[in-house]
Amino acid sequence: MGMTQKQETIHKHFFSDMSVMLGRSMRHIFRSMDTIITVTIMPIAFMLLFVYVFGGAIQTGTANYVNYLLPGILLIAIASGISYTAFRLFTDVQRGIIERFRSMPIAPSTMLWGHVLTSLVSNAISVVVIILVALIMGFRSSAGILSWLAVFGILALFTLALTWVAVIPGLTAKSIDGASAFSYPLIFLPFISSAFVPTRSMPLVVRVFAENQPVTAIVDTIRALLAGQPVSQEIWVALAWCVGILLVAYIFAMRAYRKRVS
Amino acid sequence: MARKLQVAKERRKVGRGTPDPGRTQEKLAITDRYEFFKAWRLMSRRRLLYQKENIVQNIAIQVKDLQKSYKKLNVLKGVNFTVEQGSIFALLGSNGAGKTTLINILTTLLKQDSGTAIVNGFDVASKPDHVRQSLSLTGQSAAVDEILTGRENLIMIARLRHLNQPRQVADELLTRFGLTDAATRRVSTYSGGMRRRLDLAMSLVGTPPILFLDEPTTGLDPEGRIEVWKVMKELADGGRTVFLTTQYLDEAEQLADHIAILHEGRILASGTLTELKKLFPPAKTEYVEKQPTLEEIFLAIIGKKEVLQ
Repeated sequence: MGMTQKQETIHKHFFSDMSVMLGRSMRHIFRSMDTIITVTIMPIAFMLLFVYVFGGAIQTGTANYVNYLLPGILLIAIASGISYTAFRLFTDVQRGIIERFRSMPIAPSTMLWGHVLTSLVSNAISVVVIILVALIMGFRSSAGILSWLAVFGILALFTLALTWVAVIPGLTAKSIDGASAFSYPLIFLPFISSAFVPTRSMPLVVRVFAENQPVTAIVDTIRALLAGQPVSQEIWVALAWCVGILLVAYIFAMRAYRKRVS
Repeated sequence: MARKLQVAKERRKVGRGTPDPGRTQEKLAITDRYEFFKAWRLMSRRRLLYQKENIVQNIAIQVKDLQKSYKKLNVLKGVNFTVEQGSIFALLGSNGAGKTTLINILTTLLKQDSGTAIVNGFDVASKPDHVRQSLSLTGQSAAVDEILTGRENLIMIARLRHLNQPRQVADELLTRFGLTDAATRRVSTYSGGMRRRLDLAMSLVGTPPILFLDEPTTGLDPEGRIEVWKVMKELADGGRTVFLTTQYLDEAEQLADHIAILHEGRILASGTLTELKKLFPPAKTEYVEKQPTLEEIFLAIIGKKEVLQ
């Protein structure tokens, strides 16, 4: 029956197995209006609201408020996007399909990484859609290819970090609401940052918080990159936050996974 | 593999007294002592190989002194049994008896604390990948993807099992389980019975030799149950080994070649239905001789044990 030969193929098929998992979760996304509305339409609505309603009254010191706003909107989109990773993972665990996958001859990590990959791909799609809408609304960038690559790199790292954060409630939550509720503070975080208004207008306590939380560093870095300005040491702060969150979340997520499956 | 199974089945029909190939085929002309010695060694080696093969061929699952506890709760307290290839083995037990824990260990989802479990010739602890190649698991809740269609569910599993023609495999199974009309509908619109059928169909993708079914008919209506029974019988007739757990005693009585009763972490009794019935001689004082039902045997065994403790 060639068992040893089959055994080797478990590792060989890792990428094709991952693509099956990716295809499955992407179908889940495209078949759920709720996901599409929350992940792309809500951030676009925010962008319209802030640019055409509040924007006129906000003094940012830049001529084009869409340019100022876009990085924050992208982060909000990612934060709401990853809450669906928690939701999908929770459903898999609850419905018992995780047991079917785990009893099959595929690498045990395939399922978890499938969800992580889906999160990266789906957030990349919503980021691109939002940037296209921003272009229609008057967003302009003088950034070169390298700067754009850096922007996408930081956004991907941010997505990856938050996705591993999302894996924790996805595996440990007791209810479906619990699984996605953790993302509310993450969606709220950009509001207390430099994403919508400069932090210098804030009262001292709020300002200290705003200037020392990850969103401000990431937003400022992306904004500078898109404006074609030289980035300050903010980029290192931003990267340190992303990598730090990623590592801590990954450790706790794997611990939650082992606890869940034993 | 299929041919080996057939051979194993036929051999079982004939009985254990099959001729040893080592003895019949080695009628050599023995000229001197050295030749004789060589021939003798060859014969004994062949006999040994034959015996070894025989064990692997006939036993699908072998469990020895399996123990598992969760924190303070001692779920399995030393479980022993053997499942023959091509048979239907029913594990009976009340809720909390440890049935699911046992199935989870045998399907590599859970690690035992001590003892050994061999599935299809592979140790579950040291060769989990090989074990997973040999089995499929149908858990208690229908493990189907609600958002995908029935067909997409089957294609997904066929792809994950790396079959050459996933679509064709899916279509064949849809036909076999009477789901062709519902094939392109999302599973969330399926009835409980349809979900269960799809669940079973997904477990048959890639024809694994051993099937584990954890309470496959729980929550099904009588018609659904009979349908699932039919499938299980067909599978066993086709040489597959079916390991099922159930709370329904008539299910085991109807289907199983071999029945084991798990109670409070131990196998209290194990054997064919006839053997179990022998443990319990028919009442003699009655005028009409009455054979005990399996239900009576089960309850009596559990009751007796509890009195003893």
